[in-house]
Amino acid sequence: MAKIGIPRTLAYFLYYPLWKTFFEDLNHEIVISPPTTRAILDAGVKEAVNDACIPIKLYHGHVAYLADKADYIFCPRLVSVRKHGDFGTETFCPKFLGLPDMIRFGIDHLPEIIDTRVDLKKGKKELFNVFCEIGSQIGNTHEEIKRAFSKALKVQKQFDNLLYQEILPPEAMDIVFNHKPAQVSHDNCDLTIAIIGYPYVLYDSYINAGLIRLLEKENVKILTQDMLSDKTMNRQAKTLPKSLFWYFSNRAVYGGLHFMARPDVDGIIHVTAFACGPDSLVDRMVEIEARRRRGMPYLSIAVDEHTGEAGVRTRIEAFLDMLRYRRDKI
Amino acid sequence: MKISFPHMGYSYIAFKWLVENMGHECIVPPEPSSRTLDLGVRYAPEFACIPFKILLGTYLEVVEMGAEVIISSGGMGPCRAGYYWVMHKYLLEEAGKDVKVVAFELPRSDIMDFWKKLRWLRKTGGISVKEFIRVFKTAWNKIMVIDDVEMRSHEIRPYEIHRGDTTRGLWTALDMIDKANTLQEIQEARVEGLRQLNQIEQDRSRKPLKIGIIGEIYVVLEPAANHYIQIMLGEMGVQTDRSIYLTSYARKNTIVNLEGDVFEVAKPYLNEAPIGGHGVNSIGETILYAKHGFDGVVQLAPFACIPEIVAKSIIPTVSKDYSIPVLTLFIDEQTGKAGVQTRLEAFVDLLESRREVRERHERLVI
Ligand code: SF4
Ligand code: SF4
Repeated sequence: MAKIGIPRTLAYFLYYPLWKTFFEDLNHEIVISPPTTRAILDAGVKEAVNDACIPIKLYHGHVAYLADKADYIFCPRLVSVRKHGDFGTETFCPKFLGLPDMIRFGIDHLPEIIDTRVDLKKGKKELFNVFCEIGSQIGNTHEEIKRAFSKALKVQKQFDNLLYQEILPPEAMDIVFNHKPAQVSHDNCDLTIAIIGYPYVLYDSYINAGLIRLLEKENVKILTQDMLSDKTMNRQAKTLPKSLFWYFSNRAVYGGLHFMARPDVDGIIHVTAFACGPDSLVDRMVEIEARRRRGMPYLSIAVDEHTGEAGVRTRIEAFLDMLRYRRDKI
Repeated sequence: MKISFPHMGYSYIAFKWLVENMGHECIVPPEPSSRTLDLGVRYAPEFACIPFKILLGTYLEVVEMGAEVIISSGGMGPCRAGYYWVMHKYLLEEAGKDVKVVAFELPRSDIMDFWKKLRWLRKTGGISVKEFIRVFKTAWNKIMVIDDVEMRSHEIRPYEIHRGDTTRGLWTALDMIDKANTLQEIQEARVEGLRQLNQIEQDRSRKPLKIGIIGEIYVVLEPAANHYIQIMLGEMGVQTDRSIYLTSYARKNTIVNLEGDVFEVAKPYLNEAPIGGHGVNSIGETILYAKHGFDGVVQLAPFACIPEIVAKSIIPTVSKDYSIPVLTLFIDEQTGKAGVQTRLEAFVDLLESRREVRERHERLVI
């Protein structure tokens, strides 16, 4: 049975339940990189092309960690997960499109890469074919794959449903895999803040300097775009001149627009990766719309390899003070 | 209506003619200057790519000059360019500018919208369909011919004896093309322009190095954005071939088109296409230039350009496998002409010494 190396970043935060269940049901062993550490970040900075954004450098770091510990590196090429956008051509950031090649030529001594192309524009049914390809690359039969796939879908669904109940992905994973009871209580919360951004920035507490914990300690109820159903989000597409081209960016934008219209939301924080191409558009657009649509308070935080907790804390505290002041005035 | 459009190299000559002959007034976009860039930088998001900033600066300038309509292009991804117009519109509105941005999406993604906009341009200009077709054809011819003379100038420049002759010759040719109004006049301008370029005093005993210029379309096409890199290299005695011309796809005789599908060529290194911009092209073209005996390749990319970063991370392997040096120049608002010049000079030195070593080996073998 093979050891499958899975980097704990990028799409991991939303799709890990699917992957893990699939591989384990096929009796493969999963080797997952630990949550981001300084060492992983440093390795990533060393391995990746120096003009890359932080998340891509981090990805290199996680892959480098796994290089001598696994038989395969699981790095599917995410091309599209739905037919969406003005021309039905929604895809992922170009760096996702070239990711398997970037690591193949960027990092020495890698084991075989599972770089199956994921293109679901033709429909969700394509996903089964994708998993057939993955399964056969690691030597499983059609029957085995079929069983593992349907089980994986179920677990993923369970995970997704937890998100819709406003549970954050890391906790939802804990519930699904470690059967920890859900223990979210918002009784003491006096503010509700929507955080938008890419899952690999929002839920990697190393790279965002513990932003979520910080907010929780401040008695803030947190919402993110990943707690919204596709249907809810896609309603926002019509309110824009044109959709963006990238799945994760569209989710962040639609999520932001949705939360702007919600009376229970006090403010929006956009967490963006320093020097991220798509975010240069996302950030300004959401900022302008927030002002135009409701005068919704908006804070943008850019994270990079030098982001310190102190800096983030100061900005968050100032933002929260402003929100509380604003609320008490009314 | 007073119409303007983005500035890209010398193409404005043809677009100006097109706008005027459709019955509109043309606000000719000025060549991007440091003021253009300053304006763009002031209003654009910090990490917007440099073409976005220069275009925004250009739009702000043409609005000052009285433009009422700006014509631009759309796109369906995967990179940011197809979204430029939306964001430009937001930012122009925020800056309180009263101007209409009309973006043409690719006809194959929205044919109805494409025709609707064309029709609107024609009707407001007040010309007939027949006239419209003629005007279009003529303008296309102008672009072709502009590219013809520019290509020739890059071949000749490294041989010129008096520095600057070629560039002056190019402008003479462009002026003639500018004044031409019919297909025949355009052809005459072409013939005469090329003749004058060929007649420039040259030292044909020189053996210029050959460098391929690849990268992101805007910084490749707009000399003002790349510090006139082709002229700079030419005057250092280097012959350059550029992978992109506006009329590239209609040409058969250029190196990059000669080999057919550049995506196929790139495939062993980047198994996905397109990834936006010219990311995949940059890899394929490096291979093509190597195969055609070029001495080196210069990759031009806007700072933080997503597809070119992907390409850059793979190019070192390609460069090693095909034994062709590649210099990547990332361009941002801080990039100065002197810096570019120094790096190019060092690169050219490297290529020269490589060539010497190679030739010495060849002599030994013989
Ligand atoms: S979307 Fe931004 S952060 Fe994510 S990979 Fe692309 S450039 Fe990097
Ligand atoms: S290809 Fe580069 S310059 Fe063009 S839109 Fe994309 S990031 Fe910007």
